[in-house]
Amino acid sequence: MMADKDKTLIKKMDAGLAASEEGTGRSAGGQKRGQVSFRKSAVNVLVHVLLGVLAVVWLLPIVWIVLTSFRAEPGAYTGTFLPQGYTLGNYVKLFTDRNVINFPKMFMNTLIIAVFCCMISTFFVLSVSYSLSRMRFKLRKPYMNLAMVLGLFPGFMTMVAQYFILKSMGLSEGSAVRIGLIVVYSACTGLGFQIAKGHLDTIPRSIDEAAMIDGATQWQIFTKITIPLSRPIIIYTVMTSFIAPWIDFIFAKVLCRANSDQWTVAIGLWNMLQKEYIYRWYTCFAAGAVVISIPIAVLFLYMQKFYVEGVNGAVKG
Amino acid sequence: MDRYTVVRALKRGDIFTRLSAVVMGLGLAGHRQIVKGIFVMLCEAAFILYMIRTGAERLMALPGLGDSAQEKVWNEAKQVYEYTQGDNSQQILLFGVVTVFVVLAFIVLWVLQMRHSYKLQRTLEEKGKVPTLIEDVKGLFDGNLHITLMTLPCLGILVFNVVPLTYMISMAFTQYSKEGDHLRLFDWNGLTQFFRVLNMQGNIGRQFWHVLSWTVVWAIFATFLNYILGMVLALLINRKETKGKAFWRFCFVLSIAVPQFVSLMVMNIMLQPNGAVNVLLRNLGVIAPSVSLPFWTDVMWARVTIIVINLWVGIPYTMLQVTGILQNIPGELYEAAKLDGAGPVKIFFSITLPYMLFVTTPYLIASFVGNINNFNIIYLLSGGGPTFVGDTAGQTDLLVTWLYKLTIDQQYYNLGAVIGILTFVIMTTVTLITYRRSVSYKNEEAFM
Repeated sequence: MMADKDKTLIKKMDAGLAASEEGTGRSAGGQKRGQVSFRKSAVNVLVHVLLGVLAVVWLLPIVWIVLTSFRAEPGAYTGTFLPQGYTLGNYVKLFTDRNVINFPKMFMNTLIIAVFCCMISTFFVLSVSYSLSRMRFKLRKPYMNLAMVLGLFPGFMTMVAQYFILKSMGLSEGSAVRIGLIVVYSACTGLGFQIAKGHLDTIPRSIDEAAMIDGATQWQIFTKITIPLSRPIIIYTVMTSFIAPWIDFIFAKVLCRANSDQWTVAIGLWNMLQKEYIYRWYTCFAAGAVVISIPIAVLFLYMQKFYVEGVNGAVKG
Repeated sequence: MDRYTVVRALKRGDIFTRLSAVVMGLGLAGHRQIVKGIFVMLCEAAFILYMIRTGAERLMALPGLGDSAQEKVWNEAKQVYEYTQGDNSQQILLFGVVTVFVVLAFIVLWVLQMRHSYKLQRTLEEKGKVPTLIEDVKGLFDGNLHITLMTLPCLGILVFNVVPLTYMISMAFTQYSKEGDHLRLFDWNGLTQFFRVLNMQGNIGRQFWHVLSWTVVWAIFATFLNYILGMVLALLINRKETKGKAFWRFCFVLSIAVPQFVSLMVMNIMLQPNGAVNVLLRNLGVIAPSVSLPFWTDVMWARVTIIVINLWVGIPYTMLQVTGILQNIPGELYEAAKLDGAGPVKIFFSITLPYMLFVTTPYLIASFVGNINNFNIIYLLSGGGPTFVGDTAGQTDLLVTWLYKLTIDQQYYNLGAVIGILTFVIMTTVTLITYRRSVSYKNEEAFM
């Protein structure tokens, strides 16, 4: 559920990025340097100062966590805002101290889950959105309405029951937890078809029709025409579903419980902040947060490039 | 499809079609689709076997939800007390719900095969031949591709969304809760829990209305403050005169690129009594060395802090979201307003805001619903606290976080389910009303 939430946020944001880029180009072109009155330049200075202050507020927590990850003194609370000494030890400890919180193991767990999750989700999302976009069948509308209604239930309502179902399937103990998490993260992805369907709707149907006249079956159209034409949306789907297991911790927490062998990165980080660990692990938490954030941020910035194409396509269509 | 109804199949079907009402698949096998027929027959056999072995028992247990409690029994031979198995109502309910779905699926299969048998019979009568198995399989990759593609995703949704939801909804009508020791053995309870939650006099009811009012206040503040301030930020950055647009945008976007749960946990630590913010303020001399601002311990402080942090999280999203739309506002509108002598504030409230509201109503609804369900921010920041003694909900708990606490932490499963259902009802109402009232629904023509 968390994953879904984050996904939609990322989607929203990407749409915004795409649009804003377009905006920059336009306003930069329209920049005119005419006569600027005193009042105008005063306003101008004010705006820049305001933006500067806001930018500091927005960057402060990020800067602080990066600084903390290099801090030499342990503990969550110190008497000074800036660290007194700097060290790389937190990163070293994060990847070598396997006794209490085994970060490398958690990293591998999450990686495995993410890889499978992303394969299944991508297949599900593409299948559903192709069917809804290109095929016409009796249950098409009911399916879309059902998806909307299901989306209005709080995600947690299903969580407890999902746990019981996985338990009765024997997927809640030992290393089966991993399979359980993969299943839970990817089973319902067929409900999140909206963006992909919106993209597929923009591929002209005339291409399909031309192929059909040449004797192509729907399967051939799907695999040989639609999939190659939807590269941006495939990459987008792959990445969002790959990121999901890294940032969900609620369901992972419910399913793994005390089974620390199966913890994912998110639960590990969360646990580092609990009372019994926080003093010794706080700076390592900061290091872990930085380690996780960098690839996600990079993926995110990379992803938006592809998504721009998708949104532009949608606008033109 | 109308030509091939079940009634017609029973009335006008030949011997095979009619018999397939009892022996499923006979109508298919008898009309030259032997493999499919055998498959359907096997399905029926499996269903009957399941019903005989466990299914029927499970369905029968559903109205009573089990009645033998776990008991201590003296074992004479071993000279120890042993616990009898007893009934586990929660499992009975779960398996009961699953069995109901199995029965429903069976009924659907029955209807489908009746219709199909009749259709095959007619096709055979009219054309003298029916599609072969190979042709059918080919169809699954051509005209019927949607069946091939959608089966697995639909199965996933059914098993991991629809069944769990039904199960949880049914839980709302039971006693399943740690109250009165009903964690192992419980019974149906009708609407009792609903009345309890809605009753303003009772303890739970009082908390419910309290949490609900804060949820609504929170959702309104979170949605509209983010929306308006994000728009203002976008306008500031995109002014003609602003230098370094890309740089400013990058500063704000960076906060989105960091995973949300990380930044929220960091904020939580920073705002603790001895956290970085208090330390910074002390070092700067803003507050005395022994004082710390009660970010999480005072109700009002906690609520305001959460809304402010949500601004930190949400404004960059809104900024990105609205920038493109802002560029699309027709320039003539601004020109006209300027000619009439309107100032920037006036222009914002009489042109920009109405235009944006018109275009982005669906986005606003989505973000309102998202905020009502915003679990992360409450759970990771304040954890719902501060909590009054004797309450199950804290002062900053939303309905979702309360639901989480009630089920996962406190094991009041039935109350949690009731809260979930009520949240759904509230959200559906809000969505429908605002969507129907919105201009973009009533009048799909352009703005103005």
